[in-house]
Amino acid sequence: MSTNPMTSRPPVSIRGRTSYLDGRWRWWRALPAATKWVLLLAGAAITVLPFLWMLGTSFKPESDVFGYPLRLQPTHPTLANYAAIWQDLPFLRLIVNSVVFAGGVTACSVFFDSLAAYALARLRFPGRNLAFYLVLATLMVPFQVTLVPVFQLVFQLHWLNTYQGLIVPRATSAFGIFLLRQFFITVPRELDEAARMDGASEWYIYRRIMLPLAKPALATLAVFYFMNNWNDFLWPLVMTSNTNMRNLPAGLTLFAGQYVVEHGVLMAGAVISLLPLAVAFVLAQRYFVQGIATTGIR
Amino acid sequence: MTPPATGLTPSVTGARPTGRTPPARSGRKRWRVAPGYLFLFPSAAILLVFVVYPIAQSLWMSLHNWSLFSSSHPFVGLANYRTMWHDPRFWNALRNTAVYTAVVVPGQVGIGLALAVALQRNSLVNKFLRSVFFFPVISALATMGIVWKFLLDPQIGIITHLLVSVGLPDIGFLQSTTWALPAVIAVGIWKSAGFSMVIFLAALQDIPRSVMEAAIVDGAGPWPRFWRVTLPMLRQSALFAVVIATITSMQLFDQVYVMTSGGPLFHTDTLVTYLYQVGFQDFRSGYAAAISWVLFLLILLVSMLQLRLFRFKETD
Repeated sequence: MSTNPMTSRPPVSIRGRTSYLDGRWRWWRALPAATKWVLLLAGAAITVLPFLWMLGTSFKPESDVFGYPLRLQPTHPTLANYAAIWQDLPFLRLIVNSVVFAGGVTACSVFFDSLAAYALARLRFPGRNLAFYLVLATLMVPFQVTLVPVFQLVFQLHWLNTYQGLIVPRATSAFGIFLLRQFFITVPRELDEAARMDGASEWYIYRRIMLPLAKPALATLAVFYFMNNWNDFLWPLVMTSNTNMRNLPAGLTLFAGQYVVEHGVLMAGAVISLLPLAVAFVLAQRYFVQGIATTGIR
Repeated sequence: MTPPATGLTPSVTGARPTGRTPPARSGRKRWRVAPGYLFLFPSAAILLVFVVYPIAQSLWMSLHNWSLFSSSHPFVGLANYRTMWHDPRFWNALRNTAVYTAVVVPGQVGIGLALAVALQRNSLVNKFLRSVFFFPVISALATMGIVWKFLLDPQIGIITHLLVSVGLPDIGFLQSTTWALPAVIAVGIWKSAGFSMVIFLAALQDIPRSVMEAAIVDGAGPWPRFWRVTLPMLRQSALFAVVIATITSMQLFDQVYVMTSGGPLFHTDTLVTYLYQVGFQDFRSGYAAAISWVLFLLILLVSMLQLRLFRFKETD
């Protein structure tokens, strides 16, 4: 920003204006920027600290965890913790459970939500508005309200400690239906009207016209579902009592509470459980962000 | 809300065989109506069985002395709510939840706003830092709660160690009745500041360039620009950020369960941890349902108040 003759004598009354325009460097003029960066870096350090400690400790022998002085990185890096986790816990089982639970909920929800959203956005039938208002109404109710009766229902169905008990009650959500409906109504009607004139079935229009157009929205929703269910804790905690049916967060927590804690092993488990989302985040960051941002704009 | 009426689905009979074939019998009228219900069916069935009906049942249960394993559930009217009124553990949980929400929401939204403004330019460093600050959002709060518990541990905790080494007393965070709740609050802000940041970043990108340029041409410095231009244009998003943060804060459970289990001496007990204990450890379903309804009504009330407050501001 070079000095412009037009503005070289700025009105003094406006604060902050002179700092970069009169061209002379004073140390205190760098103060705001310096403060900003110091705060940002300090914040970033606090933000990553738990992840660094987790990663470091997963490679530490147990003596290192208690060793003095305390440090983030291991003195003698070892892979022993990553070997031990499979014996100390039904860890493979926890991973499979997490994949089936989060993957199952995601697949079912995205499919069912898009079907319902298509009906609400494009088809006319008696009771459609009622259905839409019902969806909106359930959107407001926190899931803790239904937790007690749903637990009893799942119990009566003998679905506790089963995949269907974990997945089916969550196989659709008002949020997803609403999100996709809002997307579908922005799709120009000419597209599906033309297909309808040509005699295409509703299923064809949904499958061949709407879904391909909605790919970004579907991906965003899928990432949102997968992340929430992969990380979910209260729901698996309530719906399962058997360690063999728990997902990673609930299973690791059990391990942390029940046994003599082996910190390194536990952290190895934590690192592995974080890995899929971390990799997905690096590869497809915008879908993680969009899920939040798009809902924020509305 | 209703899309404009267009030429209704013509009869498909005899059309080219794409996808589903029409019903064989004279289903002309049915065929025009049926697809909507068919498409809606899976979601509608699941929502009715696992959401709508349970909402009603939850209210019904809260009016009964309902226990999961007993066969009779005598009607008790509002007795569960009266019990709650006289239950010190409920009030304690409500107070902790309120304190948590009152600190985390401004903390999370304020830090999120500051981060978004500081990192709004699309430089490489900024993009990297945004990812860093967002990263806790994608991690499991329960798992990270374990990590934080270790970081705050009196023996092996790096944070305790750092504080002691600069001369502060060893306050034993999670074992202390004074410091356990602040520790839980800090973890809450750590986890969700990046969430608010993303909301504000999206909104900042929507501010037209011309508006900001006009302000610069008019000679507005950085601070006036922020207060007079940026902030008013962020109002919608700020409202959204605050409401979402409030709703999630009031449902606080994961990190408390993992880090303190509500202790020491119930000092971090929250509405949802208490609900969990009553409903799923003591199996007093009726009472738990009553607590969940109070939670719902509180969330509704606070959200409405916030919406009201922001709208009021908008008119002046």
